[in-house]
Amino acid sequence: MNIAISNTSEKPIYQQLFEQISAQILKGELESGYSLPPIRQAAQELRVSVITVKKAWEELERCGLINTVTGKGCFVADFSPDDKLRIRNEMIMKQMVHDTSYYKSFGLTLEEVMELMKKIYEAPPDLP
Amino acid sequence: MLALDIRNLSKTYPNFQLKDVTFQLEKGYIMGFIGANGAGKTTTIKSMLNLIHTDSGEVRILGKNIAEHEIELKQEIGYAFGSIDFYTRSKIKTLTDVVKKFYANWDDEIYSYYLRRFKLDENKKIVELSTGMRVKYNLALALSHGPKLLILDEPTSGLDPIARDDLLDLFQSLVAEGEISILFSTHITSDLEKCADYITYIHNGRIINSAEKEEFIESYLLLNGSVSQLDPVKEQLISYKTNSFGFTGLIHAKDFDPSLNVKAARPTLEEIMIYFAKKEDMYV
Repeated sequence: MNIAISNTSEKPIYQQLFEQISAQILKGELESGYSLPPIRQAAQELRVSVITVKKAWEELERCGLINTVTGKGCFVADFSPDDKLRIRNEMIMKQMVHDTSYYKSFGLTLEEVMELMKKIYEAPPDLP
Repeated sequence: MLALDIRNLSKTYPNFQLKDVTFQLEKGYIMGFIGANGAGKTTTIKSMLNLIHTDSGEVRILGKNIAEHEIELKQEIGYAFGSIDFYTRSKIKTLTDVVKKFYANWDDEIYSYYLRRFKLDENKKIVELSTGMRVKYNLALALSHGPKLLILDEPTSGLDPIARDDLLDLFQSLVAEGEISILFSTHITSDLEKCADYITYIHNGRIINSAEKEEFIESYLLLNGSVSQLDPVKEQLISYKTNSFGFTGLIHAKDFDPSLNVKAARPTLEEIMIYFAKKEDMYV
């Protein structure tokens, strides 16, 4: 499991942990049954607070990505390709809901957003 | 189980008042206790340890009332107020021999471990130690009798960045088993942004907020906008600053209306403290 935490990012650290681990699970880099390190050990190694790790693990569990076995620890869940797709889409949509409200605040229509999105997909511009 | 349970502490001094201080710390976690100089951090800590008598309120440590079980509980508490500044003409060795007699569970092995970790020479006199070394010696004393609760007043002040980093590492390894709890006061908030689980903020003798760190930070937003955007939010802001580029101000996240289109960012603990302090200045 690879994790790189940025302390200067606007994103809360538990969010960073959640995003990085969920991406690795959904891409298949962490296989089902993979055992996550215990919360307190992870906190110490990552130099973050215990609750930060706890929150990230809870969020992973809520999304169905990991299972907690009492007394044994947390393991990457066993899911079918369909489940994987569903979870991935849920996460993407969550982000899209957030982004969409931003676009709407500028009064953009769906067509305008699609137009811009297309440009970015084809060749991401170098923005400052 | 609660390591620390403080309820409605009040104490009136001629020029200062501790008002209804209430907060709790669950066992196995780290709490940062923040506030400006003179906000009441040390007074609160001293009342926790029954070193000053409060007018009202109750302090329970590890489930027991401190006033009723003071001697017993102090075996379980490790506390350090900044640096050592008594018996300064004595050698470390001599002073330790005095202190260890008070603790039934004093452990010489652990003590020597901390002397080595903090690079302290037992044959030096207290007066010969730098500020940082005195802080470290005080911590070594606080940690050598197997305390279940550590109460540390400004343990990182006077330490260089490397020593502070080492200390935070030590704090995290102490709570890793889930048995030891730590309350430490500081005004170096960057130390807390990383390792603290909970933040308690005291201002003018009152607790402004005591919450899990992330919730604490997320309950505020730092707004940044043009002067014309200030008017609609002015009333809701905790305080604000204006200059020729616009304004910045702190707001309770629940009071923020996103449709106003003002840029809102996540504040740091330091920024939260600064804007609360500014609040008074604005009404003076």
